[in-house]
Amino acid sequence: MPAALPDASPAPADGALPETARARLGERPFGIYVHVPFCATRCGYCDFNTYTAEELPGGVSRASYAAAAIAELALARRVLGEGAPPVETVFFGGGTPTLLDPADLVAIVRAIDETFGLAPGAEVTTEANPESVDPAAFAALREGGFTRVSLGMQSAAPHVLATLDRTHTPGRPQAAAAEARAAGFEHVSLDLIYGTPGESDDDWRASVEAALAAAPDHLSAYSLTVEPGTRLHARVRRGELPEPDEDALADRYAIADELLAGAGLRWYEISNWAVDDAARCRHNLAYWRGGDWWGVGPGAHSHVGGVRWWNVLHPSAYAGALREARSPAAGRELLDDETRRFERIMLETRLREGLDMELLRADGRAAAERAVADGLAEPEALERGRVLLTRRGRLLADALVRDLVD
Amino acid sequence: MAGAPNLYRPMADQSKIRNFSIIAHIDHGKSTLADRILEVTKTVEQREMKAQLLDSMDLERERGITIKAQAVRVMFEAEDGETYQLHLIDTPGHVDFSYEVSRSLAACEGALLVVDASQGVEAQTLANTYLAIDGGLELVPVLNKIDLPGAEPERVAAEVSDLLGEDPDDVLRISAKTGMGVNEVLNRVVENVPPPDGDPDAPPRALIFDSEFDQYRGVIAYIRVVDGTFRKGEAIRAMAAGTEADIDDIGFFNPRMTPATELGPGEVGYLITGIKDVTLLRVGDTLTTKRDAATEALPGYQDVKPMVFSGLFPIDSDDYPDLRDALEKLTLNDAALSWEPETSEALGFGFRCGFLGLLHMDIVRERLEREYDLELMTTMPSVEVEVELQNGELVPVHNPSDMPDPTKIREIREPYIKASILTPKEYVGTIMELCQDKRGSHSGMQYLSSDRVQLEYELPLAEIVLDFFDQLKSRTRGYASLDYELIGLRASDLVKLDILLSGDPVDALSMVVHRAKAHDVGRVLAEKLKEKIPRQQFDVPIQAAIGSRVVARETVKAYRKDVVAKCYGGDISRKRKLLEKQKRGKARMKQVGRVEVPQEAFLAVLDLGDSR
Repeated sequence: MPAALPDASPAPADGALPETARARLGERPFGIYVHVPFCATRCGYCDFNTYTAEELPGGVSRASYAAAAIAELALARRVLGEGAPPVETVFFGGGTPTLLDPADLVAIVRAIDETFGLAPGAEVTTEANPESVDPAAFAALREGGFTRVSLGMQSAAPHVLATLDRTHTPGRPQAAAAEARAAGFEHVSLDLIYGTPGESDDDWRASVEAALAAAPDHLSAYSLTVEPGTRLHARVRRGELPEPDEDALADRYAIADELLAGAGLRWYEISNWAVDDAARCRHNLAYWRGGDWWGVGPGAHSHVGGVRWWNVLHPSAYAGALREARSPAAGRELLDDETRRFERIMLETRLREGLDMELLRADGRAAAERAVADGLAEPEALERGRVLLTRRGRLLADALVRDLVD
Repeated sequence: MAGAPNLYRPMADQSKIRNFSIIAHIDHGKSTLADRILEVTKTVEQREMKAQLLDSMDLERERGITIKAQAVRVMFEAEDGETYQLHLIDTPGHVDFSYEVSRSLAACEGALLVVDASQGVEAQTLANTYLAIDGGLELVPVLNKIDLPGAEPERVAAEVSDLLGEDPDDVLRISAKTGMGVNEVLNRVVENVPPPDGDPDAPPRALIFDSEFDQYRGVIAYIRVVDGTFRKGEAIRAMAAGTEADIDDIGFFNPRMTPATELGPGEVGYLITGIKDVTLLRVGDTLTTKRDAATEALPGYQDVKPMVFSGLFPIDSDDYPDLRDALEKLTLNDAALSWEPETSEALGFGFRCGFLGLLHMDIVRERLEREYDLELMTTMPSVEVEVELQNGELVPVHNPSDMPDPTKIREIREPYIKASILTPKEYVGTIMELCQDKRGSHSGMQYLSSDRVQLEYELPLAEIVLDFFDQLKSRTRGYASLDYELIGLRASDLVKLDILLSGDPVDALSMVVHRAKAHDVGRVLAEKLKEKIPRQQFDVPIQAAIGSRVVARETVKAYRKDVVAKCYGGDISRKRKLLEKQKRGKARMKQVGRVEVPQEAFLAVLDLGDSR
């Protein structure tokens, strides 16, 4: 959840949605995202909306966070009305959700169930920092209804972790994965970052192998992005650290994709791999397939029926709005048909199921055919009417999307 | 109108008129002096004074140069107690615009020669001074900026007196900035510059020395009346064009347009007929009246010949008609600009334009972009060469891509110039080196003073149109100055150098170069293009070739990664906006085959630097 918000129109104070946005609620999967904006320390590469202080102005604290989030759930219920469907997926992201007492996380899940109802077999995920979880916490979360845990491993190389300001010791993420499984979590995912200054191809290979040794059923791998405003950005600008090299990043991606495929994890989105369809993150899939979700928490983004909105960034402003029974939304966008088409092309092109060619116009189709000729898209898929990226194509997805939207 | 007395009285006594212009090098203070003259004569109150009022185009103020001549009337009470009507006719101070200078001078009987007291006489000043002397003008030498710490009035006064044969003590010393000495300058003008000698009773004749196009009022002709009187409402005739029309409005500048009932002999001002077609009222033509028509026209001007050519293409091909309209309008104000349609395989439809020089080219491009809101791509400037074919036919070629097949060519001739360079003597060595490198031959050198040298070189025009001036300035820390004149065509061993991207020749990047330099130029150009062309999805070979012979090669390696790693719920709006922005950037690129070429790449040739 980046710390900068897009430009857009203001959102109404009561959070009301146009009738058209609510009309077809329930035709798409409905999810809840909960943003927990707290971290023990801020990592140098991170531009997410997160705060390290225990207490923030306006009587906002980690301890009072759950109450504010639950207040927003009540608002969500009022806005969505009777048509609100049961919740298929819940995802706690951050920040570091596991910095909250497990009881708080569980209380929020319970509130979701009480407010909307959790659908049978709902996916309930939390991100977790390996250092901020232990067997007791896993047990409490599992007991409280969580079904999936996503652990931030980043790397197995100590010098890479140091550059990233990550405090965990190598080996701890794998241990945490084992603890999660022992607590009864069937779905355990690990997050890795490649391309950190100072990382070699071998460092990266060793990190992927270390992750695989923990036998996750899901893995995400992200190239390091040097975001403006981060400490890492400043260090690169001052020349203390080299800028990540794009060719090296492409090599690392290929290394990961090969090692993961060899271990039975197949890509289903550009940065995500899973052992089978059931292991895919259903919550994230809903983002890419145009699903509806309500984002709870400071800076959280929501999407319902072609309306995107986002909350104010600061936890104090967020809690203040809810205390006054106002919507914490900072701004919103009403997507027109062409924008929705653009977004669908942008998002669906990233998926293994591919992009439906029906969305393309003549120029876009020609671009799709060129992509096949250039080895960026699979020829058989094109015959089925879908644009499905090859590994080379996945690395050039943005360039391709810019042509497909024509 | 407070502070502007006596402006509306009837025709002036001819003996009380003085017409003069200011000759000065850029930055020697011409515009500042002109401003002070407007102030001390109370033509403009100090508070309404926009700094350097005479330079009315924004571009002129930004660049510190004057492009179009202006003609302002001021009333001045001289030491003899009489009030004089002075017309100050401004002149451009850049080498590109020497034709404008000669036009302005033709409307005057005298000129102020303004020289910076620390810089001394510069080549351009010298050239314009000779123009003025040739035109029979009375010169009033003035040293400006004598209040500055670096001023050397004695040395510079000696230089000026060498040039004009005047007593150094007669050279006025002023500071236009503080206003010191400005009254003396005007008294000297009244004293030394003769009044106009036209015949008030002869059939009326007036010279059009400049013109301007106003979209509502049509052509505004700047005129200098020589004989007789022109009155509002009268029918006039342009003697060369044969145009007949009635005078809608006549008047003068003070400095804004001020209508009058008539303009008499010696007076300078404007005349409007409502004619919209500038070719019907051309600069250099003579106006007379239908009622009392003159039979003999005044000496006119030669048509200006463009020296530097370049293609102008709209970035958005839909703007082509707008570019045509804009060029048509600009031509109304700028007789030196020529153009014809050009089609480039790489850049689509555009125009091949002829300019007086690089500065003129820059100004035209900036005006098109600013005043007409066009986004343009400019190709590498070139000169016009003359190609003699085996069958004896002569073909002028001003676009490298029009060069005939080498087997059909007997000889290629290119324009040469004679360059006059004024410099402190310590830079003579480095300048000679530069001129040699530019295929120049040394034709003369003389000492203007113990420290200042005038160097003469004959050089191919093509060698100086790109960066000669910049290099001259940087090698001499800005102390050298340049003037040049065309001296004709000379046979040269020239070849056409092509650039190929992914194997396809890019016509807009072709250039004509001397054979001995083709390798070096090709190599540097390929390197520059490699820097300017972004990585694409495939390798892009860049080749420089003479005919089928490749003389240099570079490759822009394919990029392998163009994707953001994370695209979750909170990233979607931001990511979409990023892609849309990238798409707009892409739209500004030119598609050459499948290669996307940014417009800067087409100007890579401008940074060729020392290799040419």
